[in-house]
Amino acid sequence: MFNKDRWREIFETIGKNKLRTFLSGFTVALGIFIFIILFGLGNGLKNTFQEFFLDDASNAIYIFPGKTSLPYKGFKANRRIDFENEDLEDIKLNFPMFTEHVTPRITRSALTRYKSQSNSYTTRAVAPGYQFIEKTILMKGRYINQTDLKSKTKHAVIGRLVAKDLFKTEDPIGKYIDIGSTVFKVIGVFQDDGGDNEERFIYIPYTTRQLIEKSNDKVGEIIVTFPKELGHPGAMAFESSLKKYFKDKKSIDPSDPNGIFFRNQTDNLKQTQQFAVVLQLIVSFVGLGTLIAGIIGISNIMVFVVKERTKELGIRKALGATPRSVIEMILQESVFITTLSGYFGLFLGIVVLKNVGLRLEDYFIKNPFIDFGTAFSATIVLIIFGAIAGYIPAKRASRIKPIVALRDE
Amino acid sequence: MIQIKNLHKSYKMGSSSLHVLKGINFEVEEGELVAIMGSSGSGKSTLLNILGMLDGADEGEYILDEVPIKNLNETKAAKYRNKFLGFVFQSFNLINYKSALENVALPLYYQGIQRKERQSLALDYLERVGLKDWATHLPSELSGGQKQRVAIARAMASRPKVLLADEPTGALDTKTSYEVMDLIQKINDEGKTILVVTHEPDIAQMCKRVVQLKDGIIIKDEKVDQVLASENVQ
Repeated sequence: MFNKDRWREIFETIGKNKLRTFLSGFTVALGIFIFIILFGLGNGLKNTFQEFFLDDASNAIYIFPGKTSLPYKGFKANRRIDFENEDLEDIKLNFPMFTEHVTPRITRSALTRYKSQSNSYTTRAVAPGYQFIEKTILMKGRYINQTDLKSKTKHAVIGRLVAKDLFKTEDPIGKYIDIGSTVFKVIGVFQDDGGDNEERFIYIPYTTRQLIEKSNDKVGEIIVTFPKELGHPGAMAFESSLKKYFKDKKSIDPSDPNGIFFRNQTDNLKQTQQFAVVLQLIVSFVGLGTLIAGIIGISNIMVFVVKERTKELGIRKALGATPRSVIEMILQESVFITTLSGYFGLFLGIVVLKNVGLRLEDYFIKNPFIDFGTAFSATIVLIIFGAIAGYIPAKRASRIKPIVALRDE
Repeated sequence: MIQIKNLHKSYKMGSSSLHVLKGINFEVEEGELVAIMGSSGSGKSTLLNILGMLDGADEGEYILDEVPIKNLNETKAAKYRNKFLGFVFQSFNLINYKSALENVALPLYYQGIQRKERQSLALDYLERVGLKDWATHLPSELSGGQKQRVAIARAMASRPKVLLADEPTGALDTKTSYEVMDLIQKINDEGKTILVVTHEPDIAQMCKRVVQLKDGIIIKDEKVDQVLASENVQ
């Protein structure tokens, strides 16, 4: 394989048969190039999809209080149900295996002011776990933590657009804002992939909200996240036991459709996961198809190359080339060309993908990419199949009797 | 040098088979210059191909330089060809993307000779055929006679025991044919055994022995008075 003379012979052949070299190289480079572009764009589509549908955690159950519609255990109908701090603790205590985060959400709207700028924003009073439910990304500072809850601090985490509206170019961290006549210190600025509305929220500790509202212990809604490993059936089971537990605890008729409401994201999760699987299938199918087309292309070229060289191979055999040396020569040449041009196509594809990537966001393709492993293996696959595709005609050519190859047409 | 006994060869043509060689017996001594003559279809090229191990015989014995040639696999045949035989074809069969020098050096490549030595040997042989100045030219830049001389140099380069020429002048005009025959005669004078297949009587007369083939058997085998090609070249 590392025979210097053989390599020299191959380089001479390559250099003097430029069209042939170009054709086989071009096929491989184009195959890999298209594969990378299509695969990358497919991934971009997947990214867009995930951004649209997987913004919020999908392993969450939302519990909303309502009003009963049936009398039960001596209570009248039309009774208002409230959740309290104790309920949060009870969920954690009774379902330790099923809960990751338990957080309340008390939503209020209030006029918010900083210096001369003011606007009305929605304030959500939450626990630290809420960050995982919204998949909030901190740009600056920090999120609400346990200390904030315990000391009921007047700390606020504001959305990117709140910061932009109120502070303009100023750094909001450490500044004080007035939310509904209470002064809060800004401790963090966040962004959220869920869109502009999501970035107009202000988060504060729920204990602080309770303190402001006359030290009550109402928690509004409760959101529980469960481990993803539960899966769809597990999540449904968890939901029904939660429902049963709360109806019992709050003395609601088990057949009452109101009183307490559940929204389980797991149904969404199932659908979006199915959709993601379909998208992944499409992307893989496109990639595989391109790869197969590339392999067929190389096979054709190799058959053509060997056919074109039949006479030359006959001459070489008449001059003493063994069948083995004929096969090795053809294979070494083809593998050399496919490797070189394959990696050229790979490199070109990645560069093009990087450059057009940013301009395609309007077409629902976000951050198209191909992981290097996939691109690398695709190229290897193409090289291997190119070699196999070259081996078959080379083997046949090596068996041709020189007399047949040299026969004048 | 060459001993052939009762050589048979037939080709399958669909369901029927064509019996081309029907028992050939002949011997060639070292240093002979033999013309194999015959009309087309007489089996002369088939005989040459079998002699050249480009094709196998169905039946019979073939001994080349005391080595029995039979049951050769492709690899062995290739090695024998490389070691024993030099070929000259009617259509030259030079590799068109290689220069004259590289063409001549090719059999040496398959003998495993180092590049430097290969090139100097090849240049020697090109000089012998009078084409040293054309060493870097491609076959397409050479005339027919020059191409055939390159082909002869290539056949000689591997220092074969026997030189086999299949209609070496078939594609050349008379004057060039005689020049090529002059070269072949000179190589023969140096002691090389040469077999020439031809259907031209004047070319055959320039050999030392003429073997006449008809319908797959030898009908005439006689020594002739050699006409020197150089006398016919102006």
